[in-house]
Amino acid sequence: MNPLTMKSWSPYVVGALIGVLSWFAFATADKPLGITTAFEYTAALTERAVAPQAARTNEYYSDPERTPKIDWEWMLVVGVLIGAFLSSKLSKDRTSQSIPPLWRWRFGDSTAKRFAGAFLGGALMMFGARLAGGCTSGHGISGALQLAVSSWIFVLLLFASGVATAFLIYGKEGANHVRSNE
Amino acid sequence: MFDPTSKLVLGLVTGIVFGFLLQKGRAAKFHVIIGQFLLKDWTVVKIMATAVAVGTIGVYALVSMGAATLHIKPALLGGVLLGGLLFGIGLAVFGYCPGTSVAASGEGRRDAMVGVVGMLFGAGMYVALYPALQPIINGLADWGKITLPQATNLSPWAWVAGVVAAIAIGLLTLERFRTGQKSV
Repeated sequence: MNPLTMKSWSPYVVGALIGVLSWFAFATADKPLGITTAFEYTAALTERAVAPQAARTNEYYSDPERTPKIDWEWMLVVGVLIGAFLSSKLSKDRTSQSIPPLWRWRFGDSTAKRFAGAFLGGALMMFGARLAGGCTSGHGISGALQLAVSSWIFVLLLFASGVATAFLIYGKEGANHVRSNE
Repeated sequence: MFDPTSKLVLGLVTGIVFGFLLQKGRAAKFHVIIGQFLLKDWTVVKIMATAVAVGTIGVYALVSMGAATLHIKPALLGGVLLGGLLFGIGLAVFGYCPGTSVAASGEGRRDAMVGVVGMLFGAGMYVALYPALQPIINGLADWGKITLPQATNLSPWAWVAGVVAAIAIGLLTLERFRTGQKSV
């Protein structure tokens, strides 16, 4: 069977290939794989365009380490969207789902409730990522493989915090509602 | 405002491969991510740990050949600790991490698309509040852009070997434990 049309690959194969992809990123662009800086730069560029007055007094814009622009990482994020689209298209693994079944089991049929959870969860997650300087990719994979102290602290803490929150929300019973094909 | 075109194309190509792999790894799915945090589905740990083990060997080889440089995020404890805590809470509520939410949007998932807009909002809050956040981010110790080999005064290769071995043993144990469980 053509691997490109398969719905899933072994997590070890996927992980190994992401490892090789990070060699490629370091070798060709001298960059670690990361996602959230692009979101920060997009927000920063937008805020400067919409409220130039406020931007002038925000020391964010005078930090020499922060140069908001459309860069390699910004295009990486666009690429992730396209790559996942292509993969799901090839394997016919597409969905227009709004409410995942596990969420529905816990919170019911309200799309508004699910979208509110997704929006607020996404916002809080991104806020945390920028406080810490990275996410599951930038710290969890790229930082950890560079053996960065900050990244190992972050990834251990995010797992502990994620596990605690998931059990608070779904309880032990929730694990029985995690199904493999949804 | 823009990087050179060649660099943008390189980023796009790298991203397409990354997104393709995340989707094939089933990491763009709510129940796989939440399944990990409920300790039921270990796909995410398997992918991340394997990527770190394979990645660390090649990246340290590139660095020692002078072909790349390390890009270490500073260990500003205030930012890293509060950030990690909030990140885990937000992730467990949303059900996707930043990279996989973009991939899940590419797969068609509507809740992931809404969350991506929420992520832009969260990034906007961070930029707007940046001056006020500095005392929190810098409020605890700053250990600087430090690696585990530097912190322990050991050779990077000793750490690379140790991390690869620890991950290999961890994943083998996980496989044995999980298969053992299934056959019961």
